[in-house]
Amino acid sequence: MFLFVVRRLFFAVLLLLAVSVVTYLLFSALPVDPAALTCGKNCKPDIIAANRIRLGYDKSIVEQYWLFLKGIFVGRDYGMGQAAFSCPAPSFGYSFAQHECVTTLIGRTFPVTAYLSIGAFIMWMIIGVGSGAIAALNKGKWQDRLANAFTAVGVSLPTFYVGLLVLFSVVIWLGILPFPDYVSPLEDPIKFLNAMILPWLTLAILSAASYTRLTRNGMLEAMNEDFVRLGVAKGLSRSVVLRKYVMRAAMVPIVTIAGLDFASLLGGAIITESVFSLPGMGKLAIRSVVESDLPVLVGTTLVSAVFIVLANVIVDIMYGVLDPRVRVK
Amino acid sequence: MGTAMSLDEDLITTSQQVSVESKSPRELAIARFQRDRLAKWALFVIVFYLVVAIFAPLICSLLGISPYALDGKALNDFGLPKGSFGGISGAHWLGVEPGTGRDILARLIYGARISMLVGFLATLVTTAIGIIVGVVSGYKRGMVDAVIGRITDLTLAFPSLLLMIALTRPIIQRLESFGIPEGNTSRIVYIILILGVFGWVYVARIVRGQTLSLREREFVEAARASGAGTWRIVFKELMPNLWAPVIVTVTLAIPGYVATESTLSFLGLGMLPPTASWGAMLGDSVRYYRADPTYLFIPGIALIVLVLAFNVVGDAVRDALDPKGDRQNIA
Repeated sequence: MFLFVVRRLFFAVLLLLAVSVVTYLLFSALPVDPAALTCGKNCKPDIIAANRIRLGYDKSIVEQYWLFLKGIFVGRDYGMGQAAFSCPAPSFGYSFAQHECVTTLIGRTFPVTAYLSIGAFIMWMIIGVGSGAIAALNKGKWQDRLANAFTAVGVSLPTFYVGLLVLFSVVIWLGILPFPDYVSPLEDPIKFLNAMILPWLTLAILSAASYTRLTRNGMLEAMNEDFVRLGVAKGLSRSVVLRKYVMRAAMVPIVTIAGLDFASLLGGAIITESVFSLPGMGKLAIRSVVESDLPVLVGTTLVSAVFIVLANVIVDIMYGVLDPRVRVK
Repeated sequence: MGTAMSLDEDLITTSQQVSVESKSPRELAIARFQRDRLAKWALFVIVFYLVVAIFAPLICSLLGISPYALDGKALNDFGLPKGSFGGISGAHWLGVEPGTGRDILARLIYGARISMLVGFLATLVTTAIGIIVGVVSGYKRGMVDAVIGRITDLTLAFPSLLLMIALTRPIIQRLESFGIPEGNTSRIVYIILILGVFGWVYVARIVRGQTLSLREREFVEAARASGAGTWRIVFKELMPNLWAPVIVTVTLAIPGYVATESTLSFLGLGMLPPTASWGAMLGDSVRYYRADPTYLFIPGIALIVLVLAFNVVGDAVRDALDPKGDRQNIA
């Protein structure tokens, strides 16, 4: 088991290295001159040239990538003399549009995205698994049909549309809540909840749908399994069979998807954060696209990738814990 | 000996004659599908949407409406539709677009063309790549499978929406420099391309898993033993057994891609105005949510109905193809 974990982690690091190469090359190939973007419209050519050298864009792409990679582990210094500044490790570079280290920017926006993801995750698991179980226990009845319709709508409606419908209906048409205005939970928990409840709800509506389907189908499939028949045959009560046999078997695929979904949310919920104007990582990423702020774009992409890859490793390990048949190998 | 056997056969036929009638698995599946009344309706809805999309110009000219004609008379001084519910009237059945007075029904009909085109083409591309890669990976195993597996991991590690957004402008420029017509053509090509790059993975994983288990089955072994080549085994033995999971993914993928197109249009990266697509309409309607909420719901309802129809059909197909479908649950 220990060896398995080590090997998975080793491959995860290799994968992330590959991701960083592809990301760096891809975004460096974009037709933008990062140095020209460092100062405003009436910028003199010699300032651009100086900035190009200071930020290292005069070097070859391989060298640039190497400096970038080194920066992640040991930090990075820019320029010399009075104009010098540095981004301590782990450094993803320096944002010339926002004049801050990328790591600082990510560090500031990440908590917002984390609150958003955790709240949404809890909500969609409760709604999704709950309605999926109800649908499975009432197969073919109206509850099942209702859950099915909910799934169908939730799975494929665009996020921005659901988000805006939620926002309009609750804030503008019904006027129950004020317009979301994000504050840190450490500052004002009530205001924080007011701002977060709608984005949570939006993500929950969208994601719960696929969990409803997964739970329902997983439970129905498990009910056909021999070990469930055995449980019934040896006289266990219905609720014990459902909880300990059916649910546990149905949870295996759900854990997989849930881990990956949660991880991809942690990388920034671009649309949801934009709709509800939450200052999270997704908003940061989209701003960097608009401003052609390459270092931020590379940084946010990489951080997202780290979450996804790590989640994959954790899911693989969880498999063994949940499903004893996997452990035997 | 001879008489004993014929006697046995007689016994068997008489005892089972009443109920058993041999049907191929395909016939059984079709019969199960036809029993599902809801699924038949959903299939009808999909065909209806397709027909509307294909014959959009004809339908609009028959109805006497145009997606581009500006009707200033249907708007009030503020540029908002006259009358209630977004200007629904005899001339404009679903009202008019705020600001321009273009007929919403006509735009919805024309928008179906773009949305369905993107949805179907993107699904075709991702499914084709996914099936080929999945079958090769599952059938060849070894090095090929390992390499494909690493590429899959790499593709999945990227935040796809962010890349789609970030690469829109540069890649469209690149496409246009290759001689692909500017404007909507290059945009449609881009959307299908980028959806293809990220979308094949999901199909490939499902097909690979299925292939891995199929290749060990007796009928494949029998084909191999009787000297069938790789191509024959892949196309004649494996493919027919892969349709079930593929059809289910397809029915879920099409509405998903329609939704992605709408997200890009909402962000201003999709079709160029005045071309109508459901996504562009959704994105546009959002700006008038307060003054004209009707407009907000019309493209949304059109999309929801399509999504629902595809889902119902997908579920029905899965249920129909499931050989255990008629077994009763005990818990």
